[in-house]
Amino acid sequence: MSSPAVMIQNLGFKYPGQSAASLINLDLEVAEGERFGLFGPNGAGKTTLMNCMTGLLNYQQGNINIFGHEVKKNRKEINKLFGFVPQDFSFYQELSPVENLAFFGAWSGMNKEAIKQKSGELLDVLGLADVRNKQVQKFSGGMKRRVNLAIGMIHTPRILFLDEPTVGVDVHTRQAIISYLKDLNKNGTTLIYTSHQLSEAEELCDRIALIADGKILVHDSLTQLLSDHREEGLEGLFINLTGKMYRDA
Amino acid sequence: MYKLWATILKDLQILTRDKVGLVFMFVMPIVLAIVITATQNSTFELVNKNKVPLLLCNKDKGEASKQLVNAIEKVGMFDVKKVSAEQTEQQLSGRMHEKDALIAIIIPPDFSARIEAKANATASKALNNFGLQTDTVKADTGSLQPISLLYHPVLQESFRQSIQGALRSTLQMVQSKQVLKSIYYSLNETELPDSLEGEIINNQAVINEIPISRDGSKTIPNATQHNIPAWTIFAMFFVVISLGSSVVREKLNGSFVRLKTLPTNYLLALLSKQITYLFVTLAQAAIIFAIGIWIFPSLGLPKLNLPADLPGLFIVSFICGWCAVSFAICVGVFAQTQEQANGIGAVSIVLLAAIGGLLVPSFAMPVSFQPIIKLSPLHWCLEAYYGLFLEGGKLKDILLNILPLLGITILIQLITLYGLKRKNLI
Repeated sequence: MSSPAVMIQNLGFKYPGQSAASLINLDLEVAEGERFGLFGPNGAGKTTLMNCMTGLLNYQQGNINIFGHEVKKNRKEINKLFGFVPQDFSFYQELSPVENLAFFGAWSGMNKEAIKQKSGELLDVLGLADVRNKQVQKFSGGMKRRVNLAIGMIHTPRILFLDEPTVGVDVHTRQAIISYLKDLNKNGTTLIYTSHQLSEAEELCDRIALIADGKILVHDSLTQLLSDHREEGLEGLFINLTGKMYRDA
Repeated sequence: MYKLWATILKDLQILTRDKVGLVFMFVMPIVLAIVITATQNSTFELVNKNKVPLLLCNKDKGEASKQLVNAIEKVGMFDVKKVSAEQTEQQLSGRMHEKDALIAIIIPPDFSARIEAKANATASKALNNFGLQTDTVKADTGSLQPISLLYHPVLQESFRQSIQGALRSTLQMVQSKQVLKSIYYSLNETELPDSLEGEIINNQAVINEIPISRDGSKTIPNATQHNIPAWTIFAMFFVVISLGSSVVREKLNGSFVRLKTLPTNYLLALLSKQITYLFVTLAQAAIIFAIGIWIFPSLGLPKLNLPADLPGLFIVSFICGWCAVSFAICVGVFAQTQEQANGIGAVSIVLLAAIGGLLVPSFAMPVSFQPIIKLSPLHWCLEAYYGLFLEGGKLKDILLNILPLLGITILIQLITLYGLKRKNLI
């Protein structure tokens, strides 16, 4: 039997100098090929959890396994398995999309030919072919989001972590990104996704987890959660479970 | 290897698109080298080739003052303009304010009489001591009234000192001549013959100036030979502005977050930066040297003569460049913001240049500063370059300058590694 894409057990994390823990005794399992969404209010711990899974933060308690490899112990191996699309633009603004993809592709361990082939494919699908040689700093926010996404997928990862990939983009770009992610998933890539946009949960995710104050409140398929809590929509379920309007005050 | 090549390519692409950074790295040091060499060269020529305008007001009518005026004219460093004896100190000051002259000399009215009296008293004392004269020693009529030297405040201290030295020597000669004449008259009761006077007074030992060199070339160093190495080093270390902020930018913008999630160590990025910017520093040196050789002469500045040991020059430039790049990366690793990197980088380079002897010769610094001088990598770079450019040395002659420089470079690299580890960047 194959290992789950992600297995989190009793995870605890506290930022240095803070009194309260940001993640508390968290357990979660995501199967390979799943489209899993992490939803929650501001400051709930979504990005912190994502950063722990990608090895950017060193958790103090519990463990995280990616395809059976412990994150803390096998950084180099694990880094080959996943792609990461951070919330902030994570590329060189002075370079063009092609130059960014060439550099990050090389750092992901790809050779020149493979990079060239995959870059062409990604730029076509994400509607960046016409601006492939222009400096990214001159792009609109939506175009930069697509470049950010393309870089995360250049090495065809088995699992893709996406931290709010649609924040600040127009409806067309959002639809294009979601459509591409669905296609990617059909080809076997596991998606782990965080967002504020509750509608994206319905559009994209097989299963979701609601997270607040560093704890996972519930996780299941959306249909099951709505049925269990007798809610008609995710927004109602969200307010019902988190119980507050403002979380980051 | 492909990863390293891709990273170098990325660094080169970013570097060539940073126009301000390129100006800092290439244009600014070239302008500095030209301006400072031109300034120092004109000072050099002012002292050695051009004549300093001098107003001479002789209020005395005697023989000694005439001799003094002749002697001043013969010094060769002054363009003497004689003015009426009626001119007051105030009037002379007024003319100097109008830049008629930078110096004025006022010879007091009783100068010759007092010189003669002083000489007679000295001669009499000397003869008395020899037992050749039994008369009472002629009384000294009092101290000489001083000659006034007015100078324009723009004249620097060192320049004033050299003018004063020339005047003192002239005055000394006039006084000696008077003493000699007086002794001769006392012994022979006739005037000192002109031929003998000339023979005694002018038969001075000649000073032959020979610049020492290891290759025996005896080439006289000029402002270009001094300035080009110094400003090349300054330019190399000024990559801190571009490279330091590039490291900070990479740390602060999202690209670093992504790099940390890729299966490649960040040390590769730093290795790439070292290679890219080492190439930049060598290009800087080549361009500045080329300007010294081919452009300076057309600007009326002395030509740069490259050292005979060209492989040695390349090795010294390589190590200086490596040290400069290591320093810049270290600043980038420890700085929290681009502003910090730029500020700390620029100020520290000026400080290291100052204590390293680039701005003021290190031998002119106070004794208490001497141990600190040796801590500046720029000092060792400069010593190594001077060993080649000014002393005509070869690589083996400057090993003792290169080894400390290598030591400092390795130390900076270790500090950088510590910083990277401490900040969890590798």
